[in-house]
Order: sequence, then structure tokens, then C-alpha cells
Amino acid sequence: MSLLPSVGQPVSRLEGQLKVTGRAQYAADYSIPGLVYGYVINSTVTKGKIQRIDTTKAMSLPGVIQIFSHVKRPSLAWFNLQYADMDAPPGSPFRPLQDNKIIYNGQPIGLVVAETFELARYAATLVEVEYEQEAFDTDLNANLSNARTPKIGMATMLKPPPPRPKGNFEKAFSESLVQVSAEYYHGTEHHNPLELFATTTVYEGAGKVTIYDKTQGTVNSQLYVANIFGLKYKNVRVIAPYVGGAFGSGLRPQYQLFLSVMAALELKRPVLVTLDRSQMFTFGHRPPTIQRTRFGADANGRVTAMNHAAIGETSRFEDYTEVVVNWSHMLYPADNTLMQYKLVELDVFSPLDMRAPGGVTGMHAIESTMDELSYQLKIDPLQLRLINYAEKDESLNRPYSSKELRACYVQGAARFGWEHRNPEPRSMRRGNKLVGYGMATGIWEANTLPARAEAIMTTDGKLHVNSAVTDIGTGTLTVMAQIAADELGLPIQDVTFSYGDSKKPFAPVQGGSFTVSTVGSAIKTAGKALRKKLLRIAGKVGDGVFKKLELDDVLFENGRIALKNDPLTSISFVDIVAANDGNPVKVIKFSVPNVLKLKKYSRAAHSAAFVEVEVDEELGVINVTRAVTAVAAGTIINPKTARSQILGGMVWGISKALREETISDHHFGKYMNQNLGEYHIPVHADIHDLDVIFVEEKDDIVNALGAKGVGEIGLIGMPPAISNAICHATGKRINHLPIHFDNLL
Amino acid sequence: MITDYPYKQTESSTDFTPRPITLHINNAPVQLEVLPWVSLLDGLRDYAGLTGTKKGCDHGQCGACTVICDGDRILSCLTLAVMKDGSDITTIEGIAHEGVLHPLQKAFIEHDAFQCGYCTPGQICSAIGMFQEGKAKTRDEVKELMSGNLCRCGANTNIIDAIMEVKAQMSHE
Repeated sequence: MSLLPSVGQPVSRLEGQLKVTGRAQYAADYSIPGLVYGYVINSTVTKGKIQRIDTTKAMSLPGVIQIFSHVKRPSLAWFNLQYADMDAPPGSPFRPLQDNKIIYNGQPIGLVVAETFELARYAATLVEVEYEQEAFDTDLNANLSNARTPKIGMATMLKPPPPRPKGNFEKAFSESLVQVSAEYYHGTEHHNPLELFATTTVYEGAGKVTIYDKTQGTVNSQLYVANIFGLKYKNVRVIAPYVGGAFGSGLRPQYQLFLSVMAALELKRPVLVTLDRSQMFTFGHRPPTIQRTRFGADANGRVTAMNHAAIGETSRFEDYTEVVVNWSHMLYPADNTLMQYKLVELDVFSPLDMRAPGGVTGMHAIESTMDELSYQLKIDPLQLRLINYAEKDESLNRPYSSKELRACYVQGAARFGWEHRNPEPRSMRRGNKLVGYGMATGIWEANTLPARAEAIMTTDGKLHVNSAVTDIGTGTLTVMAQIAADELGLPIQDVTFSYGDSKKPFAPVQGGSFTVSTVGSAIKTAGKALRKKLLRIAGKVGDGVFKKLELDDVLFENGRIALKNDPLTSISFVDIVAANDGNPVKVIKFSVPNVLKLKKYSRAAHSAAFVEVEVDEELGVINVTRAVTAVAAGTIINPKTARSQILGGMVWGISKALREETISDHHFGKYMNQNLGEYHIPVHADIHDLDVIFVEEKDDIVNALGAKGVGEIGLIGMPPAISNAICHATGKRINHLPIHFDNLL
Repeated sequence: MITDYPYKQTESSTDFTPRPITLHINNAPVQLEVLPWVSLLDGLRDYAGLTGTKKGCDHGQCGACTVICDGDRILSCLTLAVMKDGSDITTIEGIAHEGVLHPLQKAFIEHDAFQCGYCTPGQICSAIGMFQEGKAKTRDEVKELMSGNLCRCGANTNIIDAIMEVKAQMSHE
């Protein structure tokens, strides 16, 4: 009897027991003997120079060990390149404690190290800093005239610039029967994973450190540390098996890593540096973005002209870009298009990818514009999407590797009950609440990067798999074990997966919905190589029935290799490993996507989101009462954890549309709500009936698993579906997010 | 980040003498020497070595540090350790008994009521405290009374599903 494949089963998280008992250790959870605590001092001004930094009072406290600053630090790497991590945008990366220059508000300018956390925090208040302030500018709206084309760099590979213009947009738009144009504003947002950024660095002797870091890339942190501090790669080990959420914030090494390692190397002691919640607002963020759309359609509802222009914020030192304006022409065929994307430099820290970067920003504008078109045309919004359904990616004139978006529309609408929608705004109500239905499309690219993986058959016939990849809560441990189990035909109980350790084989940063595709492919490749090696060893055993056989001639089942045409003739993995002189059988394989094949296709996950809102007619209070998201993302490795990913994305959609917003005071150049009391995210009472559908989608091209990744796609359709539902409920179209009750009064 | 202090402290106002306290943590007495400025959260984590209780904000805004103290769910970050000298404290490490998971811990795994797992200790302690309060009857009331515990991964519906399942089991007992 052969096992059911593990892929496709709703396996509960393998680390579940550790997480519900408090035994999962995050970066600040390592009780190391002699541990000392670092507390960061941040600039209170936005731009200028530190004139004087006086640590006398703080240093006089017993138990304060050292106070680092630009005047008290080891000599560091000279070149910008040495500070560049794998996710660095074009420009010059921020270099902590480099000199006396202040380039943004909240910049780390010092680190107090003391015997206890409380003492370090107190001592930090005694450090006196005098600044010479300079004029600064943090207001995107006031600087739109300075918008310019972004620089091109390595990061551009995953973030292509806008597609070339097509036809004659201005002419086609002015001649189109129905025209819609609108402007959209999105404010700054901060990732705010619930775990505070923390790094524990253990000094292991000359030039050697073990680092427990909050990161989305153990190898990324390893290279960064080794380059800056001039350490050998093999002497820098970064461990991060449990990461308390990240959502993009851990894609780049943050300053607590630098400060913790610097202090540990200097003091030759283990050092923990934890940021506090307000300091979580002093590195990357989702940039404020201003967008303008102009869409024109003919009498049949066909979109003939599309212009989407976006201006995003970046820092003075790096050109952080997002893919904001490339989506509409992937989704809707139009003969005349014009897509534009520019940046404005301001005195802020560099923005940083935050869940569905660019996509969730651009699609809000695109899908709100489509919704408005549907009203002008008097065509049902869902029908309008079907009229303009793209069978191929028109922006690059190439087919999709797969695209079951139509099934998302159909199944999502049926589950939601879209047919009960009265097209007239303000026509549906429940008591004193106006009820609105809204829908929107989602799209996110399905990328694959190179990665390595190691597969080991142990002496007891069990499979062990290794990768440096992290699991930021996405379910990576569980799905990788599932993929590995199927490769060797083992039950998942006989598979272990070690991860979150830079000593393990290379994996890129975890993000962009490319981890399953990237690391899963590497594990598949390694699994196949292990099968070959096991078969070769089996050929040397006994009477040689397995000699000179190919993988196609045999089955890997229940811990054995069996002849396909005579399944009763088999040999166990245990016997094969025994024949290998009792040594575990190991392979390490590098998996590289087939770029020549892939570039003939556009690869993307799709979704359709349907939302019901209730709006209190007198008070304007908005409630998302129910929502359905139907997703086409290829093979779903684990429906339980994938559903959770989509649910999480949907909650993020509600948050983006109705709650979260970092508020700037441009007079001070400072964020004003740097805490979770004022930076609102949904609480349990805000979240109601959420439903997820995975439609069937076969994809033989995207990767060997046929899986596209689901980290971002659940978020992307939600904000426009919510704002469209609000428009349907109230007749008011609000084009800035978040939408608050006062916008509806 | 502390940017401004409302008043200037003098060095003489700082008394660095630790106080001995006894906390009965998960049914075992634990003697600690702490300064009065040590929060119960940091006392548990840094002094008692119980890092299952998490710090998410240190301001009573996220609920990640929730523990059960003398039967009530409290925010350990807003409590000084010295205030709880002699108290019974249950942390996430003490919810399972002799290796057997509490029904709520099992339900959290089954319902996939967490992703990153960082808010989970607080959610579980808070829900058990809520059960003991006995106020929440309906799903809406449970959602309301669990709203002090944030989850950034968006596992909200799965968390409430897990709690409701256990709540239903308890009412049948």
C-alpha cells in the first residue's frame, strides 16, 4: 500500500507544540551566562550634526559597561559596498555610528551597554546630546515637483521598471466614450511585527561570533556582519529558527544587529540589543505614494486606454523602488497605455518592502478605477472584469504559465452571493446600517530564486533535510517537510527539516512569496539526487537486482526501494545506508530556475476578493462584516497553513483600508504615533466572517512543484474591494487609505 | 526611544539595592533579587529565565506579556515584580501539565491559531483568564474580551475558533 502524498494535506504546523508551550526561542530568548544588555539612543532631530555627546553621568553609574557612539567605536569597513546586503536598493546603505551626521529622525546615534536592561535604559536618558540642526524636508506632497526617474541596480531584477508605452494614450483617452480619472494617496506604514527587533551576539573568541538575530535571511545577516567587521564568513553563524513576524522588515539587516555584534566584539561578552516599540518606527517603512489613474472605455465596456502614474517616497541615500504601475496591463488588454513611476528624495530612512510592496498600492488605484468605470458604464463590476479578461500578459506580450483568475471570479462570486447585489449605491441596508458589496482583483508575481539544499538518509532510514531558510510564521518548516517526504516516499513523521541557520545550505532572504518555490525546488532537486544515490548504492547490495537501474524503473515507498514491475522485490533504506559502510547517505544540490524557459511566460498568482461592509449612516462607522477571497496560486502544498496565509493577508487588507497609518509631523520631520496604542491594527473584535477558496490551477512551468506562493496575494485585492464596498454602501468614493468614519460624514 | 524626561533625576534618588522576593511560578517557589524598577515581565524573562512570556510593546498595548496572577490575567509589562511578592503566577510554561497539553493548546495547533507564534503565549494565557472570569458568553463577547491581545499575522479568526471550541467543551463538562 503506498502512502498518500503529503503535499496537499492540511498538516498542522510541526513546531506547533513548541509555540503553544512557550518553548520556541526567538532572538531575545537566549539566557546566556554573562549576558549584558544594550539600549539604543536615537536622534531627536531630523537633520544636522551631533556637536557634543556627553556620556560622563551615564558612565558613572555602577553597572554601565560602555557607551558606544560615533566618537567611541571600533574602526569599521571603509566601503559602502561592504554595508550592502542582498536586498539593498541602488545607493549608499546607511552606516550606523559612522560619523556625526544626522540624516533622519530616530537615527541610532549610540548604544549603552549595561549589566541589566533597566540600567541600560536609564543610563541612556543621562547621555546628553547637542545637535546643530539643518533644514529638512519629509513631506511628499510638498515635493512632487522634485520627482525623478529611479536609479537602476541589482534590486531592479525583481522590480522591473514600468512597461513601455503602447499606442497613443492621450489620443485614445480623449476619444474614449467613458473616462475615469482619479488621484490616490497612501500614507506611510510600519511593519510592526509583534516581536521587537532583537539580536543576541555570543562572542566565541577571536573573530568568531554566534548571532541569534531577528531576520528573514540568516545568510544575508551573516554576509553583512562578516563584511563590515572583517570576519571570516565561517566564523559568523546566524541562527533564527523562530521569527516573531517580519512582513518584510527583516529583509535587510537592521541596526540592532550591527550594534549587538559591534559591542560583543569590543567587550568580548554576549550582548543582547532589543529595540523598543517606538524604535520599531526608526528603520524601513512602506513609503507614502501618490498615484493618478486615467482609464478610458468604449460603449461595450472594453478598456481602450490606461494611464497609471505613481510617485513614491525614498530616502536621500538609497533609491527604494516598488512595482506599482506594472499591474493594470498584465490584467487588462488595452491598445493604448502609459505607465509612469518616479521617486521623491526626502529626509527619511529608506523605505523597505512591506507585505505585497507596490502591488497592494497599485492595485488599490487600478481596481478602484475599474469600479468607477463600472458605474459610469452601468455594467456590473464583475462583468466588467470578465469583458476585459486578459488571456495573456499584454504588457509583455507573453502567455501566462497558468491563470485561473476566471475561476476565482466565478467561485468567489458564488460563495459570496454577489448576485444579490443591487447595483444602485445606497440601495441596500440593514436597520440603520448601509450595506455595500465590493469586489476587486489581486495579482502577484510568482518568482523563483536559486537556492541549495542538503538531503541526508540516516542510519535508521529517516530523511533529514537542511536549508538556511527562515520560517517567519508562513509554515515553511511544515511545507518543506511535506515536499521532502514525498520525494522519498516517506511519511512526514520520518522527515526532519533543520532551518534558520546560516551554517546550513544557502537560501536567499524569505519574502516576495518566493520561498516555497525557491527552497521547495532546491529540496526537490536534492531529494531526487538522494534517490539516485540510494539506488546506486542499492545496486551494489546482494544479488544486484538494483544494478544499473534508472529512477524510472523503481518506486520509493514506505522506506524502501522497490522494482516497479515487481514491487515485492525491494530493499529498505536502512539496509542501503548499512551498505554505505553505515554512513548516512548525503547529497547537497544547487537548484537554479530555468531562466530561458521561464522568460517566455509571465508567472503570477491571482485572486478575487469580495467584501460586504456595513456603514452606520449617522456615525460613519465602517465594519467589514464578511469577505471571501478566491485564490489561484497553483499547487497548494498545505491547505491549512496556506489558508492562514490568505486569512492573514485579508486581515492586513482590512487594516490597510480602515486602520493602520503612520502619521508624520513634517514640522518636526518625525513620526507621531510610534506605539501600538496609536498605530492601529485590527483587534479580534474588528474581524468577522472571512472565507478562503483555493481554485484548482495546474502549472507545469512555474517550477517543479507547480506552486506559486501565497504570502502576498491574500492582501492585494482586499483594500480596493473594501473601498469599492464603501462606495456601494454610501455613494462616496474615498481614494486615500485608511478610510475613517469622518471621511463619510 | 526615550527622547525627553519630564523631570531631572539626581543620582542620589537612585537606589540600586535589590529586593528579595518570592514568586510562586507554575507551582514552584522562585526566589529573585530584583530592583523595584524591574517589571514582572523582565523578572520572568531575565531573572527567572522563563522566556515563554513575550515582550511586544512594554506599554500594555499588545497583550503579548499576559500571564495569570492569583487567578487573574494581567499584563506583566505593566506590573513591577516587587508588587507581586508572594503571588501565584502561571506563565505559558505552566499551562500544560506533566507534558499533557491543555485543551486550548491543542485547539490552537488544530485550528492553526498562530503563524509566527509570538503573540500565542499571551493569547492562551489571556483566554484561560477569560474563561475563569466567566463573563464572555457569545462569540462576539469573546472577541471583545480577547481584543487586548493583538495578532499581527492576522490569525484572528482561527484564534477565536480555537477558543470557542474549548469554551463549548467546557460548558458540556
